[in-house]
This record gives sequence, C-alpha cells and structure tokens, in this order.
Amino acid sequence: MSDVSFVRTEMLPEQAPPASEVGALGWVKHNLFSSWFNTILTVVSLYAIYYVLSGVLPWIFQSVWNADSLNECREIMMATWGSTHGHACWAVINDRWLQLLFGFYPSHLYWRPILALVLLLVALAPVLYSDRVPTKMLIFSAIYPFLMPFLMWGGTIWGPISAALGFVAGWFVYSVLSKQVSELVGMIGAVVAAVIWWLVLSSYFTGAMSSVLPIGIEAVESRQFGGFMLAILLGVVAIGVSLPIGIVLALGRQSDLLIVKYLCVGFIEFIRGVPLITLLFVASLLLNLFLPPGTNFDIILRVMIMMTLFSAAYMAEVIRGGLAALPRGQYEGADSLGLNYWQAQRLIIMPQALKISIPGIVSTFIGIFKDTTLVSIIGLFDVIGLASAIRADTAWNGIYWELFAFIALLFFIVCFSMSRYSMYLERKLQTGHR
Amino acid sequence: MKKSVILGAATIAGLAAGAAVAGTVDDVKARGKLNCGVTTGLVGFAAPDANGEWQGFDVSLCRAVAAAVLGDASAVEFVPTTGKTRFTALASGEIDMLARNTTWTFSRDVDLKFEFTGVNYYDGQGFMVPKALGVSSAKELDGATVCIQTGTTTELNLADFFRSNNISYEPVPIETNAEAQQQYLAGACDVYTTDASGLAATRATFENPGDHILLPEIISKEPLGPLVRHGDHEWGDVVRWTLNALVSAEELGVTSANIDELAAGTDNPEINRLLGTEGTLGEMLGLDADWAAKAIKAGGNYGEVFAKNIGEETPIGLARGLNAQWTEGGLLYSPPFR
Amino acid sequence: MTTLTDPPKEQFRLSMLLYDTRYRSATIQVIAMIGFMLLAAWIISNTIQNLEALGKPVEFGFFAEPASYDINQRLLEYDSRDSHLRAAFIGLLNTLVVAVLGCITATIVGVLVGVLRLSNNWLVARIMTVYVEMFRNVPVLLWIVLAMAILIESLPAPRAFRGENPEATMNLFDSVAVTNRGIYVPEFLFSRSLGDIHIFGTSSLRFDISLDLIAILIVLGGSIFAMRKVSAWAQAKQEASGDRPTIWHIQLGILFVPMIVLLTILGFHLGFPELKGFNFTGGTHLRNSLIALWLALSLYTAAFIAEIVRAGILAISKGQTEAASALGLRPGRTMRLVILPQALRVIIPPMISNYLNLTKNSSLAIAVGYMDITGTLGGITMNQTGRELECVLLLMLVYLSISLSISAVMNWYNNRVKLVER
Repeated sequence: MSDVSFVRTEMLPEQAPPASEVGALGWVKHNLFSSWFNTILTVVSLYAIYYVLSGVLPWIFQSVWNADSLNECREIMMATWGSTHGHACWAVINDRWLQLLFGFYPSHLYWRPILALVLLLVALAPVLYSDRVPTKMLIFSAIYPFLMPFLMWGGTIWGPISAALGFVAGWFVYSVLSKQVSELVGMIGAVVAAVIWWLVLSSYFTGAMSSVLPIGIEAVESRQFGGFMLAILLGVVAIGVSLPIGIVLALGRQSDLLIVKYLCVGFIEFIRGVPLITLLFVASLLLNLFLPPGTNFDIILRVMIMMTLFSAAYMAEVIRGGLAALPRGQYEGADSLGLNYWQAQRLIIMPQALKISIPGIVSTFIGIFKDTTLVSIIGLFDVIGLASAIRADTAWNGIYWELFAFIALLFFIVCFSMSRYSMYLERKLQTGHR
Repeated sequence: MKKSVILGAATIAGLAAGAAVAGTVDDVKARGKLNCGVTTGLVGFAAPDANGEWQGFDVSLCRAVAAAVLGDASAVEFVPTTGKTRFTALASGEIDMLARNTTWTFSRDVDLKFEFTGVNYYDGQGFMVPKALGVSSAKELDGATVCIQTGTTTELNLADFFRSNNISYEPVPIETNAEAQQQYLAGACDVYTTDASGLAATRATFENPGDHILLPEIISKEPLGPLVRHGDHEWGDVVRWTLNALVSAEELGVTSANIDELAAGTDNPEINRLLGTEGTLGEMLGLDADWAAKAIKAGGNYGEVFAKNIGEETPIGLARGLNAQWTEGGLLYSPPFR
Repeated sequence: MTTLTDPPKEQFRLSMLLYDTRYRSATIQVIAMIGFMLLAAWIISNTIQNLEALGKPVEFGFFAEPASYDINQRLLEYDSRDSHLRAAFIGLLNTLVVAVLGCITATIVGVLVGVLRLSNNWLVARIMTVYVEMFRNVPVLLWIVLAMAILIESLPAPRAFRGENPEATMNLFDSVAVTNRGIYVPEFLFSRSLGDIHIFGTSSLRFDISLDLIAILIVLGGSIFAMRKVSAWAQAKQEASGDRPTIWHIQLGILFVPMIVLLTILGFHLGFPELKGFNFTGGTHLRNSLIALWLALSLYTAAFIAEIVRAGILAISKGQTEAASALGLRPGRTMRLVILPQALRVIIPPMISNYLNLTKNSSLAIAVGYMDITGTLGGITMNQTGRELECVLLLMLVYLSISLSISAVMNWYNNRVKLVER
C-alpha cells in the first residue's frame, strides 16, 4: 500500500485576518457600518453630535469667569469676542456657588453640613458595602440619626440625647415587661413610655441638663438652610424616616387584619395618587390648620413631614415588592421553628426582604431627591429658588443658562453616581440568588 | 428611628416660635427677632446678596421696624414668601409682618382679615412694549400677546381693562419677573405688564433699555404696603408709625447723617417728639423713647431708603413720582407726631 | 359504662383578648380603628377651631362667583365673567390634554429608544444611553423650564416673519408657522357645518359636541363595519372555493368614498394661519407652554420607559430570538413579531406607574404658565379667593380620581394581556 496520506502533518502558518476585519477598522465596520441602515444611523448620529457640540462647547469654554455683574460680563465679552452671544458668563457661579450649595447657612459653620455628609457616608457604609465593612460599624449608624440633627441645627447637645433616651426608656420598659408579663404588653408599654418621655419629660430633662451642663454648639435656624444642601437634607431625612414607616405600612398591607390592611392601602394609594406639589401646598398652607391652635413650626420642618409621608408610601411599595420576592419557604421555615410573627419578621423575613429592596430604595431616594426641587414653588430657597433669587439681584438680572446648567450638573453628578451604585448592587444581588 | 428626632426638633421649634395668638409686640421682644415676610426675589425691593444678606426697599422697612422694636436693625429673620403662601404665612403667625409688594385691596383687608398699616409705595399697573412695535397706547394692543406675572392682582386688572375696552388679547401667565423678562426680550410676548415700578426696574437691566417704552396708560391703583394680622392693634400701630416716622423724618429733614445731632434736642418740637427728646410717644407705643430715632438710623429716612434701593442713582432708576412728599406734589403724607 | 362529660365550659376572660389568637386580631383591629378615628377627629376639630379663629368657615360658594381672569388655552368657551368652577373645569381639560399627549409621545419615544439602546450600532446605542442617563438624573422641573427656554430662545418671534425680507418663513407650503409663541397649524373648517349640541345648558360644566364630528365618526364606523363584512365574505368564499377574491380595491372604496362625499357635503376646508397684527391668526395655535410641557414630560418619562422596555426585552430568553432566526425572520420582524409581544407582559405594570407619574408631574405646568388645573384652581383661584383648604382638597380629589381611573383602565388591560397560566 502506497502512502497516499493526504493528512497534513504540520500546521499552516497562521494568516492575518483581512485588514477590514480586525483592529480599529474592523471594529468600525462591525459596529458602525454593518448595513446601509446602520450607516445612515451612524452618519445622522455623527451630525447630531457635531451640531450639539459645536453650539455648546464654545459657549462653555469661551466664557467669562471673573466679573461682578452681568453687565460687566457683557462688556468683557464685547471686548474679547465682539459679541455677547454664544459665550457663558460663569462669573455668576464664581460669585454665588457657595450660596447655591449651602443657602444662607453661616459661612463659618460650613464644616458642619460637610461633616454631616461625610458621617452619613460612614454610617451608610456597613449597609451599602456589607461585605467589606465590619458589622460593628452599625453602632455608629444607630447613633447617626441623633448626631445629624445636632450637627445641622446645632444648639444644646441635650436635645438629641434626650430624644435618644426615649428609645432607651422604651427598650428598658420592653425588656422588663416582656419578661414579667408578655411580649405584646411589653411592646405597648415601650411605646407608651417612649411617648411619655418625649412629650412630657424630655423638655424638662433638656432644660435642666442644659442649665446644669451647658454643652452645645452654635444654633442654626432651619430657615437658613438652602441650596443644594437643602435638597440633600430633605432627601436623606425623608428616606431615613420613611424607612420604618414604610416597613410598617408594607407589613400592614400584607396582613390578614382587614381594617389595618385597608387603612394602609388607603394611605398608600392616596399619597401615590396625588402629585407631590399638592402635598407641598398642604405643608405650606394647611398643615398649621390641622394642628392644635397656636402650634407653629417652621416651613422646612413642615415640608420634611410631608416629604416623609410622601416617600413612606413609595417605600412601602418597594418593601412590599421585596417581601413578595421572598420564597414562600422562608415564611414556612420561620413558622416551623415556632417563631411568632414579630420574631419571624425581625430574624428571618426583614433582613432578606430589605436586602432585596435596597436597589428599589436607592431609586426611590433618587426620585425623592429630584423632587425636592419642587419646594422652590412654595418659596423655599433650594437651588432653583436661589437661582430665581439671584436673578432678582440687580447685578445678575437677566442671567439664565449658566445657573441652570450648573444646577443640572450638580443633580446629574449625584443622581448618576447613585444610580450606578444601585446597578452594581443589583448585579451583586442577582448573582447571589441564582 | 429618625422620626422622634424630627418630632423633638419640631416641639423645640414650636416652643421657640411660640404661640401667635396676640401680643405680637411682646412675642417679638421675647424672641429678640422680627420675622418679616418678603418676596422670594424682586429687583430693588427684596433679594439676598452674595453673603445672604437681604437688600431692598421692602427689606429696609423690616429693618426699620426691627430697629424700632428691638433696637437692632439686623435682628430680622427674612421669610421668603410666594404669592400663594404670603397670606397663610401671616395668618398662621409664621411671620409677624408682611412687607412684600402687596396691594391694599378691600377683600384682603376685610375678607382675608388683615390690616394694612399704610402705603410704602404707590404703584400702578403699566405696560412695556418694544419701541419697534410702533404702539403708543394700550388701546392699540388688540390681538397682542401679553406676559403677566401671576399671583398678584395683575391678571384681574388686565382682564377688566381689555374687557371694558372690548379688545382681545392672549395672556401668558408667568411665575417670576425673571422668566417674564426673558420671554419678553425674546419676543415671545409683545407686551409685558406688571406694576410700573417693576417695569422700570426690569427695563433698567436690559442690554438696550432705550429700545423699550412704557405706555402712558396706568390701568390700576396699586398701593403697596406692609400688613399685619387683623385684631392685634398694638402691633399694627408699631408698624404703621414706624413707616410714618420714616416718612415724617424726610419731611422734617431728619436724615441718618444728622440724626445724632438732632437727637440732642432742637428748636422744632415735632422733631423732638419724633426723636423722643420730648413727650412720651414711645411709651404710648410700648417702646423706648428713641424708637423712631433707631428706626431712622437703621437705613435712613424714607427718601434715603428710596434713593439707596430704587432711586434714580441706582441701576433701577425710579423717579419719586407719586411717592414724593405731599409738599412736592406726591402722595406721601404722614399724620402728625403729636 | 363511662359517662361522657362535656369538656369544661370555657369561661371568657379579659386576658383572652390578648392571648387567644381567636380574639387577638379583633382586638388589634379595634384598637387600630379607634386610634385612626381619634386621629381623624383630632385633626378635624383642630381645623374647625383654627378656621373659626381665622373667621373662614369651609364653604364652596365662591365657586359660583366670576373668576375674573382669562385663560389662554381653552378647549371650551370661557371668558373672565365665567365662574371659578368653570375655570377649574377648563384647567382640568388642559391637564388631561397634556397628560394624554405626553403618555402617547412618551410611549413611542420610550419604546424606540429602548430598542435602539440594544442596537448593534455602537454609536446609536451610546447616544441613547447618554439620552437616558441625562434625562433620568436631572429633575423634571429643570427640564420643563429648560424646554421652555429653548423654545423661546431658539425659535423666531412673529415679528421676524414681517417685512419685505423676513428673517423667518412659514414651513410646508405656508401652512405651518413655527414661532416662539407656539406652533400654528392649519385647522379643519366646515363651511356648511351641522352645528353643535349644547350639553348641560348654561351650567359651569356645559360643553358642546360638534355634529360634524359625530357625522364623521358615524360614517367612519359604518365604513369599517362594511369592510369587515366584505373581508368576512372573502374569507367564507376562500374557505368554500379555495381562492380568495381580490378585495383591496373594494375595501379602499368603502373606506374613502363615503368619507369624501360627507366632507364635500359639509364643505370641508383647511384654515391656514396668517400673520395679522401682532400675531398669527387662524389655524390652531399650539402654545409653547403646552409644547414645552409636553416635550419635557414625554422626554423625561420616555427615558424611564426606555429602561423598562430594555429590561423587558432582555428578560425574553435568547432562545426566542434564535428560534425566530431559525424560522428565517429578519431582526426587525423578530423584534416586532416575537420579542415585543412577549416583552409587553413584563413591561406593562411598570409602565402604568410611569403614566401615573407623568400625569402627576403635569402639575408642574405652573413653572411655564400652562393653565392646567393646578394653575387655575390651585393657582389663580386660590390666590384670589384665599380659600386654601377648599381649593387644595378639591385639587387633591381631582388628581386622585384621575390617577385611580388610569390605574383601573391599565390594570384591566394588563389582566387582558396577561398569560393565563395553568
């Protein structure tokens, strides 16, 4: 048998792929010009990008940074480019950026809101990056809700301490009563004790302690809050406070107790059915009518209350989604261990449901945060309100795009980074479940 | 968990704000601060500057009242209010007085239960048009697009004016002066109507003020003045007579420059009574004897306040017009201090 | 013999209200109810006391008084002598107009962007991502204000159309005028109109229904009915004989001939906008407050809808696409016939809440001076009458009913397209 083997024994030298298929050229061919339709799309897109950038870029970069008024800006523009159109006057931002960020907060105290923000991130770290931060940090997270108002509003340190003592009193009564009588009685007793402490005793305690040991920092009235800081503050308070309310509402909505269920459903659907602006009208026009004659607290607190109620309804829906996503077996498992309702919620259901809900909570926060701009309509000086006020100043009357571009940029940076975080989290949670 | 803190803060704030039932004078003194409602921003009348200090014509009145009552012109909390929230803020006691270009009308005085304590600016609704439009009277505006600032009496006056002259128009309601200005300049409306002072102030900030004219028609009376809650007469008197003191001071030639000299005593008994070196006017109001002197020192007399904030020397450049003293053909006429 | 004894009769004790699960839920509910009622009573009594102190009893009589302000965009006749209730009604219609227009546009743009984000054209996908992120992460109030500013600043004023050598000209054979006061488009006119039916006489809620419109709808309905009959006949014939008769020309005839006859009888013609005096007259005026609000709301909502659509498409398993390719369908058809119908089921529930958000966000109309119900009832009426409680409560009630109706309709639709699982 002759050797007619036609099997090649050595490899052919590798050929380079055609130049049009690799490298930049190949990428362009595959991603931009793969068909005539795609080619048209690409050309149209390129033109659109050129059109937008050719208008916006010169405006942004051929601009005036140092001037004291719009007229001065215009003079500089005339002197430099011979026309006032197509050039930004960033001098207004240069002049007012601190105000846009902090409102009327006393300038020597700017460190306080900044510290509060930094500490907020520290307090959130154990929740947001639970895998990298030690769980012991949660103690700080528990302290933060009392620390933050102290930093922002200032005043005596005994106010927040006395508010915290309410919880201590409640917990103390609970632990005593639940051992001696029963858990339910303990819980009722705890709530009663805490409420009595806050409404009756705490003002005496605060008064007495601050006269004995006057520790405190300079007080800042909430009227002086404003600018971007106000948006963050309103957003954080609304979300922070609405989280527990939202949990209660979500549980209420899922409960078998008909009356409780319908009260919760009614509240949630009512709040979700009306626009936020009407709730803000309530805050600015009606809330004082609903409270006992003579009570009067300032508009920012009233807005905080209404924003909290607003976000509580949305939060309840997010958490309900989290509860619904838990496999039925978790509930049954809790039952089979002999846990009662609250134990099951606290130890089994909530830790998992809340973890699933975090992306939803973050996007609710982004929504609330953006919605805080509506407070400018009822006359609060958030960034947009301040922009109007700046435009009412004789020096800057007539300025427009620069302020709004700056505000849009601020919101974009914050919201975009949060939404990226939320996406990262979603990916992380997804892999955990599959 | 944070709820309690807010409630706690709320109670503290509630206690601090105090009950607003009666005795605003005592409330203000106890608090050591005057809560004064102003606009969220109106060129020349009220706007915060880069340091967050409020400046303007209405603001000066707040400062004068604070100086009269508390002896400190800076002891004022300015509460920005919108057209919607201003009356509620006053009625609920959130602010002690409202100095926010508010027109004195029957229904606001009687139905809404407020008390206007005088007029600090006599205004009227006018029209501004570009010169190029070739219009010389508001009656030629048939079919024009008109920018109006909402939340004031402006839209009502306008509807009445066009209806009674039987001409049609297209209203464009706008929330703030700054937006209206932008629309007007871009030609999105032919006419801009608001109070004549606002028109003049707005025109002054244009790139080319000469291209725009104010039409001769003034279609309404707009007496703008400070107001307080109905029924608290002591407080009403304080605000009313502080305003009158500023007006009288101009009439009597008392300025912030010569007030120290005059406060030592003069030959003019009325000046002496005004500045508290004679008589017990301050005591009658429940204030110090030199209350009016402090009010005048805060920002000068009416004429000085006017000149500093909106007068002809400022970019806004308003003439005194109706707001001149009665001796000079205007309407400012303070009752005598006696 | 043993005797059966009754089990010991259980004595009802007070503590059983707490410890016996049979009674405990009732106890909790009663406590909740009492608490709720106490809270409501407390609020109501406070309100009554406060209103008494202010001397403003709750009454709705002011709604019958003349509003004395003008509204620029009115779908029904209205003038400044009409009542506040009428003004609120006009405002409500304006709210509905912008909400409906916005929802439709947002859906179209949103679906388009959502699909394009998955395009294999890198540049297009990136641009769409930029669009979505830009709109989602900046407050809608800012977008509304910016949209208005862009319209005002970039479009020509009507005076630019004037003169020998105008700076701006009308588009589409002089039929459409795009100005910074809005867009003027031709309107439909009937020279031999049948007139209107007046409903509700002279009350505040009166409105007219055009008989022309009814006639057109009747003829259109009749034509469609006839077309269905024809195609049913063709279907029957096809089943009986095996070949289908050509019917498209009959169908077209049935659709167009009666309509053309009717329009001729009614004297149909277009009314073109014309520059007269200060403004364009004639034609339909789409004010720029409407356009700005419509544009901003729909683009903002479309960014959210795009994300929903994208997620919906990605949720369809890859096997579906591969099966469609195996059947020889082209990518466009695969999307239209296979992916989108399935994705719809995932998409609809979040879409409902976006429609609701859009409707609620339309209350920001006051930022651009669009006279919706917040601008009339919650704006000028409230300012002029000082009746905050009545106005705000009514405003909330109106929005609540709109929201509840939208969710009812959409839920019904959702239930219809839902997969019936066994």
